[in-house]
Amino acid sequence: MLVVMKTPIIRVKDVHKSYGRGPNRFDALKGVSFDINEGESIAIIGKSGSGKSTLMHVLALLDAPTSGSIELEGVETSTLHGKSLNQARNKTFGFVFQQFFLTANSSVLENVMLPMKISGVKRSERKQRALAALEQLEMADKAGNKAVNLSGGQKQRSVIARALVNNPRIIFADEPTGNLDTATGAVVEDILFNLNREHGITLIVVTHDEDLAARCDRRLYIRDGLLVTDTTEVAA
Amino acid sequence: MKTLDLFTTAVANTFRAKTRTILTILAIFVGAFTLTITNGLGTGINQYIDDTVTSIGAEDVMTVSVTPDADSGFGASSGPTEYDPDAVSSGGFGPNEGGTVVALTPDDLDTIAEVDGVLSVEATKSITPDWIQYGDGTQYVTSVGGLVTGQSVQLAAGAEPDAASDAFELDLPISFVEPLGFADADAAVGETLTIAITDAERTQHLVDATIVGVAEESVAAPGAGGLVVNAALTDSLYDTQNIGLPDDQLERYAEASIRFDPAATDADVTALKDNLADAGYTGTTVADQLGTVKTVIDAIVLVLNAFAIIALLAASFGIVNTLFMSVQERTREIGLMKAMGMGSGKIFGLFSLEAVFIGFLGSAIGAGIGMLAGTAISSVLSGAVLADLPGLTLIAFDPLSITVIILVVMAIAFLAGTLPAARAAKADPVESLRYE
Ligand SMILES: Nc1ncnc2c1ncn2[C@@H]1O[C@H](COP(=O)(O)OP(=O)(O)O)[C@@H](O)[C@H]1O
Ligand SMILES: [Mg+2]
Repeated sequence: MLVVMKTPIIRVKDVHKSYGRGPNRFDALKGVSFDINEGESIAIIGKSGSGKSTLMHVLALLDAPTSGSIELEGVETSTLHGKSLNQARNKTFGFVFQQFFLTANSSVLENVMLPMKISGVKRSERKQRALAALEQLEMADKAGNKAVNLSGGQKQRSVIARALVNNPRIIFADEPTGNLDTATGAVVEDILFNLNREHGITLIVVTHDEDLAARCDRRLYIRDGLLVTDTTEVAA
Repeated sequence: MKTLDLFTTAVANTFRAKTRTILTILAIFVGAFTLTITNGLGTGINQYIDDTVTSIGAEDVMTVSVTPDADSGFGASSGPTEYDPDAVSSGGFGPNEGGTVVALTPDDLDTIAEVDGVLSVEATKSITPDWIQYGDGTQYVTSVGGLVTGQSVQLAAGAEPDAASDAFELDLPISFVEPLGFADADAAVGETLTIAITDAERTQHLVDATIVGVAEESVAAPGAGGLVVNAALTDSLYDTQNIGLPDDQLERYAEASIRFDPAATDADVTALKDNLADAGYTGTTVADQLGTVKTVIDAIVLVLNAFAIIALLAASFGIVNTLFMSVQERTREIGLMKAMGMGSGKIFGLFSLEAVFIGFLGSAIGAGIGMLAGTAISSVLSGAVLADLPGLTLIAFDPLSITVIILVVMAIAFLAGTLPAARAAKADPVESLRYE
């Protein structure tokens, strides 16, 4: 088997994250290390409160680790500030959350265009790209609807369209099917894995659903802020 | 985010919570409306005064009187005032109106003429007629004044009295037209008016003069709102009035008019006043006299503006409240935008712009409706209560002060918005996206 050594897209080295100070201090992550390669699909799996979301937030540069380092494409992320940090967030990541986070009274199109508005894409191009992304998710006919009037599955598809629209390298999905019924959840899963396979987008899914985790290339088991199992290491 | 997008997004966000926004705008509206009206009042009245000063001309004329001794001034000493044989009663429109002043003698006039900056001196002959009458009509009391060269009368009919003419000519104030028995202003022109005047020996004399024009009422009318007479008539009335006066009482004037360089700057005028003061005289220009009126009006407008500003400050708390609620409601959205790479500065800008836009809407609507209301009020009043003051637009607007009002309100709104906007900018994306 031919193994091409590449810089991992994300390299996590001994990351700690604590909340609070003094006697209230809580260590949500207690030294986590692993690499994620471009194009992989990874499940971060563990019980509620185990630190999955905390890990994802740190990986997505939404929060800084208390100690340890995170490299994004070989760049130490603690060196990123202000504009470069915002650019990394805007251009590299797409987010899919369990609670959707759609602006309820805006149209689906407006919601999908938001990341491009933030990155300063021209208005006409914004619209065209947002419609293309909605088309891809078979949501083009709902572009003009208010987000509040959509079903759960439609909302999550809109969210995925929004996550896609800036051509991200990595999509973070925090419990993406948590608020959906099984059938709808399965459809959303298919969409996400399809994006991973067809477009080579790295997929990082946070979940406590074993079935969803099983569909991923790799599973990182987290318990009490520690990485207990990494399936690649198990396999090796 | 591009600036234009930031702006349109802020504007769109403003209308998300319509009721709340409208109520806030309404609060600002009240303040801006009041500011517009009070400012308009100041502008209107001051504009009228300026117009009046300009129209009567004589910007290069100053009234001069003897500066009273400090110790004989009001409140200087509580004892009785010592008799001064040179004191005359001042009937003029001067700083000592109604009181007694030290008279100007021909020597004084010579001294004044010597003062640096004085081009010419002319004693003001104070004339006090008993009454005026047209035909057999009712007799009315009035004052008499002359025109200083360069002054003009705002005419309702006819012409100004001819200064060079030997004939006795006068302009009648429009308020006397009907009481004296004329049909209208035009009818009065060309008619003869009888003036009764008593001399020093208590003998009454009657002088006939021709009405050559009718003067509009004005706050700064030449002749202080009385008859405006030409030189020939002035001399005749003055001589008549002084019949029987001992020689040492002749040629005593309460005040004199001096002319100075029409191109004189404010600094030159001040220098001239200083020169006069050094010589022991007090100089007052028409602008000075009206300046007092303006100062009072400015003070009133200032007080009214203070109320409007208080209203605006109250409204600005409304803005703070509205935006805090917005920030609260949109915590998730703010967190999401930050997660998607929107900088804190842009978030701050977004909320500040929203505040500024609310301020703009409130002030623009307030100023707009204020201008409409003000215009309506002035046109109603100018046809009724203020009909005697033609040319007075009680509430007038100039684009500059309206722009300033709108900008000031927007600035206040911006300041009010900084608090909530700073809170939004500080929001931690993780905190706002965490879902319990
Ligand atoms: N801001 C915070 N302050 C204090 N404790 C926190 C904070 N955020 C998370 N935690 C704690 O950290 C632990 C991990 O949380 P989280 O990463 O959300 O877990 P998971 O996503 O696996 O359910 C939990 O015990 C949670 O209570
Ligand atoms: Mg979680």
